[in-house]
Amino acid sequence: MASNKKYWKNEAELNPNDSIVETLRQNEFVEDIPVDEFLGDKENLSSTNTNRRDFLKYVGFSTAAASLAACQGPVRKSIPYVVQPENIVPGVANYYATSIADGFDFASVLIKTREGRPIKVENNRDALVGGGANARVNASVLSLYDSTRLQGPVANGEPVDWSALDAAVKSKLAALKNSGQQIALLTQTYASPSTDRLIAEMQAEYSNVKHIVYDAIGEEAALAAFEAKFGERALADYDFSKSDLIVSFGADFLGDWQGGGYDSSYAKGRVPNKGKMSRHVQFEANMTLSGANADKRIPLTPMQQKIALAKLYAKLNGTSAGGELPENVQAAVDSVATQIRTAASNAVVVTGLDDVNAQTVVLAINEMLGSKAFDAAVPKYTRQGNAEAVNTLIADMNSGKVGALFVDGVNPAYSLPNAAEFVTGLEKVGLSVVFSTNWNETTEVAQFAAASNHYLESWGDVQIKKGHYGLMQPTIRELFDTRQFQASLLKWMGSDKNYYEYIKDTWTNGILNGADWNKALHDGVFVGGAFSASVLNADPENVADDADDKEEVPASDNVVAAASSISIASAISALTNATSGEGLELTLYPKTGMGNGSMASNPWLQEFPDPITRVSWDNYVTVSKADAERLGLENYNVANGGLDGSYVNITVNGVIVNNVPVIIQPGQAIGSVGLSFGYGKKVGLKEEMQTGVNAYPLYQGFNNIQAATLEKASGTHEFACIQLHNTLMGRGDIIKETTLEEFNTKESSEWNPIPHVSLNHQETLVTSPEVDIWESFDRSIGHHFKMSIDLNACTGCGACVIACHAENNVPVVGKKEMRLSRDMHWLRIDRYYSSESTFEEDNIKKDEFDGLSGDNGSLGGFGELEDPSVNPQVAFQPVMCQHCNHAPCETVCPVAATSHGRQGQNHMAYNRCVGTRYCANNCPYKVRRFNWFLYNNNDEFDFHMNNDLGKMVLNPDVVVRSRGVMEKCSFCIQATQAVVLNAKREGRPVAEGEFNNAVACSAACSSGAIKFGDVNEEGSEIASLEEDDRAYHLLEHVGTKPNVFYHVKVRNTNEV
Amino acid sequence: MKKVPYLHPFSKILGVTVLFFLLISTSIYAQDEASAEASPEQTEAAAETDGDPAAGKTLFNQNCAACHALDRKMTGPALANVEARLAEDEGLDREWLYSWIKNSPGMIASGDAYANKIYNEYNQAAMTAFPTLSNTDIDNILAYTAAPPKKPAVAATSEAAPGAAGGSGSGVSNNVILGALALVFALLVVMLVLVNRTLKRIAEANGVVFVEEEAVKRKPLWKAFVDNQFLVLVSVIVLLLGSAYFAYGWMMQVGIDQGYEPIQPIHYSHRIHAGENKIECKYCHSSARVSKHSGIPSLNVCMNCHKSIYQVSEETLAEGKQEYGVDYNQEIKKLYAAVGWDEENQRYTGNTKPVEWVRIHNLPDFVYFNHSQHVTVAGVQCQECHGPIEEMEIVSQHSPLTMGWCINCHRETNVKIEGNEYYEKIHDELSKKYGVEKLTAAQMGGLECGKCHY
Repeated sequence: MASNKKYWKNEAELNPNDSIVETLRQNEFVEDIPVDEFLGDKENLSSTNTNRRDFLKYVGFSTAAASLAACQGPVRKSIPYVVQPENIVPGVANYYATSIADGFDFASVLIKTREGRPIKVENNRDALVGGGANARVNASVLSLYDSTRLQGPVANGEPVDWSALDAAVKSKLAALKNSGQQIALLTQTYASPSTDRLIAEMQAEYSNVKHIVYDAIGEEAALAAFEAKFGERALADYDFSKSDLIVSFGADFLGDWQGGGYDSSYAKGRVPNKGKMSRHVQFEANMTLSGANADKRIPLTPMQQKIALAKLYAKLNGTSAGGELPENVQAAVDSVATQIRTAASNAVVVTGLDDVNAQTVVLAINEMLGSKAFDAAVPKYTRQGNAEAVNTLIADMNSGKVGALFVDGVNPAYSLPNAAEFVTGLEKVGLSVVFSTNWNETTEVAQFAAASNHYLESWGDVQIKKGHYGLMQPTIRELFDTRQFQASLLKWMGSDKNYYEYIKDTWTNGILNGADWNKALHDGVFVGGAFSASVLNADPENVADDADDKEEVPASDNVVAAASSISIASAISALTNATSGEGLELTLYPKTGMGNGSMASNPWLQEFPDPITRVSWDNYVTVSKADAERLGLENYNVANGGLDGSYVNITVNGVIVNNVPVIIQPGQAIGSVGLSFGYGKKVGLKEEMQTGVNAYPLYQGFNNIQAATLEKASGTHEFACIQLHNTLMGRGDIIKETTLEEFNTKESSEWNPIPHVSLNHQETLVTSPEVDIWESFDRSIGHHFKMSIDLNACTGCGACVIACHAENNVPVVGKKEMRLSRDMHWLRIDRYYSSESTFEEDNIKKDEFDGLSGDNGSLGGFGELEDPSVNPQVAFQPVMCQHCNHAPCETVCPVAATSHGRQGQNHMAYNRCVGTRYCANNCPYKVRRFNWFLYNNNDEFDFHMNNDLGKMVLNPDVVVRSRGVMEKCSFCIQATQAVVLNAKREGRPVAEGEFNNAVACSAACSSGAIKFGDVNEEGSEIASLEEDDRAYHLLEHVGTKPNVFYHVKVRNTNEV
Repeated sequence: MKKVPYLHPFSKILGVTVLFFLLISTSIYAQDEASAEASPEQTEAAAETDGDPAAGKTLFNQNCAACHALDRKMTGPALANVEARLAEDEGLDREWLYSWIKNSPGMIASGDAYANKIYNEYNQAAMTAFPTLSNTDIDNILAYTAAPPKKPAVAATSEAAPGAAGGSGSGVSNNVILGALALVFALLVVMLVLVNRTLKRIAEANGVVFVEEEAVKRKPLWKAFVDNQFLVLVSVIVLLLGSAYFAYGWMMQVGIDQGYEPIQPIHYSHRIHAGENKIECKYCHSSARVSKHSGIPSLNVCMNCHKSIYQVSEETLAEGKQEYGVDYNQEIKKLYAAVGWDEENQRYTGNTKPVEWVRIHNLPDFVYFNHSQHVTVAGVQCQECHGPIEEMEIVSQHSPLTMGWCINCHRETNVKIEGNEYYEKIHDELSKKYGVEKLTAAQMGGLECGKCHY
């Protein structure tokens, strides 16, 4: 209602000629501040009572008074509970078993809570599937305390009450009932029996409810191929520990391929046991974790991979397939085929090619082999997205067929390749409600943003794999005025049950089959029969529907069976006819740290260095060296040690992503490039977190393989890359490597020699007491902690890095500081490339240097060794404080802030440290971290330690360090001490494995690469690991006698 | 106030007059409410004939006091004149009471109207059956509820009075003694002056001449001091050393709050609870057994006892007021307010106000201390660090809580290994190594930095 009414505050305003009114409008202070009056008048200034001397006296007095007053300690309050909950004892941690199922990561975990606050995620060792938490799951606890979380429901940008939202939804639902318009639910993959049942019930009540499952990064091809073959939209499961030969075509199964979680079964087969270990051959374009761990890695563009796969199938099948491959690749394929034939059912083939033909062929190969590792009978449900349904929904939205849209767990306005279409469609939807924990691109355009619970505040259940269930229980009450999607659905459907009761009902009637609910909740996992939502549906109509479905299934099965037998041939021909478009072949992938980008506001994950490139706070396009030279792209280090790189503009099908920084990636297949998802988010994020570029617009047709053209753009990008030295330069004493053949046939002194040093011009073993200038102590009494790191089992996944972050209150320093190598990670995973094609060749080359210059001269030779080769071997090495028994850092500390404990730990007393940094300079392993700044309560470092909410994640047993203090890995002394104390209190010796499961990194290591324990404990695992032939110490010739030892990496190079 | 003895005859007279008026007025009231007075008189009479109130009191305290008081509701109803009340209001006789006390659940089950009424009124908290009480016992109890034996208030008064009088008396006598002493000294001074003058006069009379000493020009003392460089040097050194000593002493106490005794939001007396009532420390500070924190008890722990203990005894109350200027009953009221306890209806309102205690023992953040290690494993008594808590009305920090203090104890204290399997192996080995029978905490590694700082 516009009116011409004039409002006035003062009568004077009515007079248009009043000058005062005008002045008042313009200036807040009408009069000028009389600075001149008391400073300009010199006479006045000199004649005043307070002269300069007096002024200084006053200043001096007040400073002295203030500093004297500061000597008084602050008054601290202690506020006990009014009624203390029975199971909470202040100072004692409680653990709850729960599950994460955010649509991308599915895992069964234990949550450590202190005084009711979840502070750490640990592995649930009772879980048969999904028991290993990856880096993102480990970091997910910090997202609970994200200060940018939605704190209550929002309607059109204004905070509202839930009652208002509920009323709007209920009236809309009532209006839409039996109308022609759809009620659409666009959600993440839940794999949740109770949610399935709930949505089925909703569909029974409203016939027009459509449930569309959407995965930001889908497995469309694999799902379709599996469905065509086995009649169920699911993913085959693999147990790599049962396999002697693993052949992968672009499947990063140690990363996030088909939901990930395969590293523990893979690592089991990779540790040489009685002379045997599995062999792993990887054909891939991008350098992935799996490729880095492979015994043989063949860089191929996706197109070539398809042909190679077709040829492999043909070879195994005794037929032939067309297509052209380079000679060496052809040879490799032939060799792999022979190996597969030998291994027969002990071989397994997997592929990550986003192509239904490739997936079909792989399923056929595994079935043909009768592969033991391949399991189609008990498939995984962790990806259920349906791209076609999503596209239909968007079309329906745009044509006005959708009356109400509910979104949960996904951010389509950010992650859809056709996000713009979605946004315009959303405007035509009568009611749009978006459930989200954070403000994001989708909540921004929706009518209602419903603040959703974090999974640690929610009830839920999940069926990760057929018959393998997990329960999700809240570990803290909702921090804000939030409500989870399922609870809201129940409310809107007028149910008087809460979601907990609903789940309990589902479980007791449909899953537990008589087993105890409380035990299932306590364990967090339950193994039982398959669940079907319709079984529980009392509605006879639905049962009838279900019966109809059942009738259909065998019919379609027949068709599919027939179709699949035909389709193999057509699939093969389709694969062999694969052609790349113009330009380069782009493979889009999820980065280990960021996944699909749903946790972009998590500073731990932003700061987590990528295992391969060691770059944090960024995504980038990975380019092979040859292509980079062709396009004029470069990477170089600048004076302060930072890595700089060129920019490119990437065009796919007319869609351009501008200014993508370039990383030249050794091992990248020539003609291919890679770009990771999950970055480039802008809405609802703090400025520091708005990193990288968004790759989703290039994810066209939900296919991760695209034909792209790269064009160099101007400018240089500053990376925060924390490892600048990429190769070992022949220093085989850092990472020792051997082949399985040598390992089996030769003495350990050949492939794991103990270094010699010169004593009186005599070569003497470094372990002999004469060369030692230190006095040795008797270390056989009491606990003596040691850590074993098996380079064969370590896949470089980085779960330990985040677990260490969480346990030890390690600060986040931000991109700028990371670039200056001021990262604070107590535990880093070094990644080394070989300069020649193997590390062995590096060593030989180095040994053969002769003189300074010349052909074999060390001057040029070292330069060459610095360059990683085109297809290098890769090795990962976790390095933390080595807790040297003869520690160089301890002797140089002028204030004795670092000293040695009898239990083998190198202690660091922060309150004693004065920050000379001598210790860091004297440390041969470079594991000490200096607090250059105050990283908490400092607006310059506006991460979780700068707000009260984020500080709730801190471990109360570990000090938060201040500026000017050195810190480093403590072997989790707070945890080992707690174990000892528990044993003392209970009057018993420390139990087996107790230390291993207490220390953050070894407890987080699901692949078993890091083991921790007391070597003085009789029959302990760590003692036998130390005696192992493969054990060696890092830089042993320095004579530091570390308490961390590594196990020589063994590669299975046996071709047959 | 009434306990103060009337010393002045006038006030005595006044008191007697007031008493007289009071007597008259009560009799007037008595006449007005003659009918009302009738029943208590009856019960009194009955009590005197039927039971022994003194024996009844003992029985009451043994069996009933946990849930009943005479004049206020607790878990169960107030019991003063219960028999008369029942007879009057409900028409129930003593037989009913016998059966109720001996088997209350049975009566509720049998459907007795009043039994069910009272059961429902008191939150369906069933009264324990007392089949062991004989009718005589019940008679005695009822006699007590009808006419509780006179409290030894008189005794208290008489006890308190001499105390008070003695207190003030000793105050006066001290002053008197001091005054007298001052007087004596003054007299002595005067006498000395007088004697001196007299002697002088005698001397003058005897012709002794006092020669005034000539003021010889001598070097002033300060100048002599300044000239003597050695002396200056020595005294400067002494001065510097002295000030350094005091400065050091002052600086070493910065951050040490030994004797810190803050005022707490509720005046909680450890002297009464731990001292007089001998409540085990770990009853309230239970987490000291298992946790790093000793734990300030949550208020529900207080209510375990204070649900029944709503006031302190008169002696305690008087003592609190006199010695510490605090009304303990008011402090209990504060607890009720904080925990949301409705005294009137004997239920929780849910309206809570958590108590903000002032923390007394503050270790710096960079040190890790675990109570359970010391309390449960080592068996250290709380008092060893916290001092005689059971004598403290207001808790103060007893120990300095400095690192030196920790270390000293670790050096001197033997590890308690008896019956603890954890120590078996390590103790054998270590005691052989050090050649001692008993190991100190220091020998176990209790002096290492990382054991407390991480």
